[in-house]
Amino acid sequence: MLEAFAAAFADLLTLQHIGYMLVGVVIGLSIGVFPGLGGIAGLSLLIPFIYGMDSVSALAMLIGLVAVIPTSDTFSSVLMGIPGSSASQATVLDGFPMAKRGEAARALSAAFVSSLFGGLVGAIVLTGFVLIARPLILAFGSAELFMLSVFGLSMVGVLAGRSLAKGLAACGIGLVLGSIGGAPATGEFRMVFDVDYLYDGIPLVVVGLGLFAFPEIADLLRRNQSIAGGSTLGAGWFRGVADWFRNIFLSLRCSGVGCIIGAIPGLGGSVVDWIAYGHAVQTSRDVSQFGKGNPRGIIAPESANNAKEGGGLLPTLLFGIPGSGSMAVFLGGMVLIGIEPGPSMVTSELSVTYSIIWSLAMANVLGAGLCLILAQPIARLTTIPFPLLAPFMITVICFAAFQATRDLSDLLALLAIGVLGILMKRFGWPRPALLIGFVLAPQAETYLYQAVQFYGWAFLLRPGVLIIAAITAVSIWFGIRNRVDDTGSAPAGAAEPVTAASAPPPLADRGPQIAFVVLVLAIFAIAIWDGSQHSFLGAVFPIGTASVAAFFALMLLFVLILGSVTNPAVFDHERTGDHVGDPAVRSPWAGAAWIAGLVVLSALIGFFLAMIAFFVIFLRVRANAGWTRTLLLTAVATLFIGFLAGALNLNFPSGWLQEVVDLPWPLR
Amino acid sequence: MENDMTRPFQINRRLTLAFAAGIAVLGLGGGAHADDASFDGDTIEWIIPFSPGGGSDTWARFNAPFLSKYLAGNPTVVVINEPGGGSTKGTNLFAARAEPDGQTILGTSGSTQFPYLLGDPRVRYDYKDWRVVLAAPTGGVVYASPSLGITSADELEKLQGQELVYANQGATSLDLVPLLAFRLMDLDVQHVFGFKGRGDGRLAFERGEANIDYQTSSAYLKNVQPLVEAGQAVPLFSWGSFDADGNLTRDPTFPDLPHFAEAYEMLTGEAPSGPEFDAWVAFFTAGFPAQKMIFLPNGTSDEIVAAYQDAATQMFADPEYQEAKLPVLGTYEQVTGDAATVLYEKATTISPELRQQVVDMLEAEYGVKLGN
Repeated sequence: MLEAFAAAFADLLTLQHIGYMLVGVVIGLSIGVFPGLGGIAGLSLLIPFIYGMDSVSALAMLIGLVAVIPTSDTFSSVLMGIPGSSASQATVLDGFPMAKRGEAARALSAAFVSSLFGGLVGAIVLTGFVLIARPLILAFGSAELFMLSVFGLSMVGVLAGRSLAKGLAACGIGLVLGSIGGAPATGEFRMVFDVDYLYDGIPLVVVGLGLFAFPEIADLLRRNQSIAGGSTLGAGWFRGVADWFRNIFLSLRCSGVGCIIGAIPGLGGSVVDWIAYGHAVQTSRDVSQFGKGNPRGIIAPESANNAKEGGGLLPTLLFGIPGSGSMAVFLGGMVLIGIEPGPSMVTSELSVTYSIIWSLAMANVLGAGLCLILAQPIARLTTIPFPLLAPFMITVICFAAFQATRDLSDLLALLAIGVLGILMKRFGWPRPALLIGFVLAPQAETYLYQAVQFYGWAFLLRPGVLIIAAITAVSIWFGIRNRVDDTGSAPAGAAEPVTAASAPPPLADRGPQIAFVVLVLAIFAIAIWDGSQHSFLGAVFPIGTASVAAFFALMLLFVLILGSVTNPAVFDHERTGDHVGDPAVRSPWAGAAWIAGLVVLSALIGFFLAMIAFFVIFLRVRANAGWTRTLLLTAVATLFIGFLAGALNLNFPSGWLQEVVDLPWPLR
Repeated sequence: MENDMTRPFQINRRLTLAFAAGIAVLGLGGGAHADDASFDGDTIEWIIPFSPGGGSDTWARFNAPFLSKYLAGNPTVVVINEPGGGSTKGTNLFAARAEPDGQTILGTSGSTQFPYLLGDPRVRYDYKDWRVVLAAPTGGVVYASPSLGITSADELEKLQGQELVYANQGATSLDLVPLLAFRLMDLDVQHVFGFKGRGDGRLAFERGEANIDYQTSSAYLKNVQPLVEAGQAVPLFSWGSFDADGNLTRDPTFPDLPHFAEAYEMLTGEAPSGPEFDAWVAFFTAGFPAQKMIFLPNGTSDEIVAAYQDAATQMFADPEYQEAKLPVLGTYEQVTGDAATVLYEKATTISPELRQQVVDMLEAEYGVKLGN
């Protein structure tokens, strides 16, 4: 092992190696700052070049790229509230409120130090772990993986917000949306309604963007301020580092957890950040600031998501099973270089494995270091008047959304989920709960079915299952104690006074919230009806989850109709927010209408032309910009998106016009 | 610029060149020369209906630079990933949009062939419209757990009557081949579905959840051979491959292992035949000997097809290709020309009765419904 160590280090510290790694890091950074363009886009960009390079340099470049993606995607999460990738969705929760307070630089630097630290801890853990990883990974069978998804779902308890019923119903919406598409046991297609797009299910990136970015953009468009809302940008850089140092043990724990969960194939990296976030909440004494800009809410997920990338290397290298999309491309790249993953990676080829692990750590230091330097200047984006920034952000989220399947339907799905997100935000429904349900629905269903097939119900008594169940129980207990949401903390003790203490206000005032619950009930009803069309194995999961969730939604309905004003479940931001009655604040639907406009235009003339038209119209009409400024900004955006698409070899979604006329790229 | 006249006028990514070509066409009447199709200055789009990083994507990215090197005019060959719908989406797109000018090619895989053979409602393409350029074969080896009391392929009959468990990716996926094979052999196999790939299934085997499994050849050599050496897996038989006359023979990569028909004979005492075996052969061919294929769209001229076939032939002889192909292609040789055509026809043809029989069986026994 020492020999392997020495050989790996000798490879690592050559100038050539570091140089190629830097190339990978810089490309990764430039790609990763774009939401939706993660490691997959970056790696496919690199692969033509690595072909024919010597394997050490090529590997260095690949790793530089993979390592920096979960770091650089933090920019959009913090600065714009757009989850840069599925790994940094939780970062939005506290990062963006900090940016809105003018503390973007503080939030970013805290995030980057955490990333750097997470990457290093991940590498240290892996150095030892890699030797015993094979049997340990094999110890996680379908039964244990099912219990792990239950553990992930238990985080809903922490993130459920003020009303547990709301949280569970939201999680239920996620579970129902997540079960759209092929059933794991029989391959039956559920809730697809003959729409080709739905056969594969709704892509996670679209759900993340719709739930988080869309409502924020709509919200920001109601005023004419900048994101930082006129507050001055303090010298937050050093404060962010200090925030991290105060929470170094939280960062350490989350890194370890991230690394281990990343190493277990099957759970997927997408819940790691939520588990870390939940852990940060559970272990905090004062939870009142979570969701409003608590640095702990950034440090935890950012430490975890970088360590996760390292963990994800293990199943990729040892079993040839990529844990994530970017790992899949990394695997493809390795095969092209001539490195085949397999058991020999811990025996005869251990030095290659070590050089990969430690390259990853080094690339993390390089990447996070670069990001730290860039944090302060880039944070100034938050001081630009939002109407000028908005067309860029709207274009960016649409561009990110259609990376999912490169189809116009991605934009339609974004619109639908975005409207759901706006309503959930308005009525105080916890969006993270929906997301967790969505991510874990396929896992929970698949592993439960497989576990029962392999072991019968006795799988519940397997030691691994019992251990994870115990951890889950502890987590739920902590969760009930410390609940949090994005509208503030829960009162201590989760009990909801259902009894009407005072007379309920006029029902008309609660009309919108009640209507929304009815809409949610309709979603569950559709799921149950659709389930009844399928075989037992295809139907049991969606019918089961939808029925339980419908029960909670009905409970909520009862509270909303009969409960008192002080009941935490009663919430309508449009009635009680501070902006109510302020004439400078526009309708919450104006922003949504603009985005819808871009989607409709895309359906007519294709995305690229639609984007150009959208820029001109938006800047002239909404931002009241002069012609010079309008044309200049439009030209910048057009060239930029065109260049990006050209470099990545991608076609834009086409519209009706492209059906009729054969246009040259990029208009086609 | 002379060479650009050999294909019809069209606008491509490189606007300027297309513009120049257009002028040339207008000026000279656009007569097509039959002998030399050249792609000078062109960008050829290679549609891969799968995500980046998978087997098909890696295969395409391996081949692309060689095609570029040997096609006349050295065009840029870019791989365009159009994943979705179990590869039907990108393939439908190709079928609907690709012009027969040699500028757009399609790479398919077994996962594209299977929905076509099964009559999946999402399929809006017809293989019979296209011209095949190249076929890339692979093979597969079935192995079992020593916990079943079996120590070598000779003891195959010990599996009869035992409860076998197979970790399946889905009955309409490539795992239809083992599913049909086990049924033919009358083995009592419980198929547990929902696995995300053969790698995932192999993990279930290593965990002891499944006790019979198969891997494609390169995955077998890298990941199962060590298990065999450690006494944790017993190889049973390979699927086999076709000889020049289209007969099933032993897989040259695994000459010591019986092929499927031999294994069948060892169990039952007679050679396999009948419609169930025909169904197995159809899906086996689409999934293994002709697993990956390159196609040109409907109406492509013979010159362009010939240009591609020539490029493939030259590519196979390139020492650089020979040296680099092992991790990507395993020990198999890609083929073009007549050899590819034979495989293509075999892999994309199934009688309506046979198709119905398989579809009915899948629905009756595994609850599988194609489409809604």
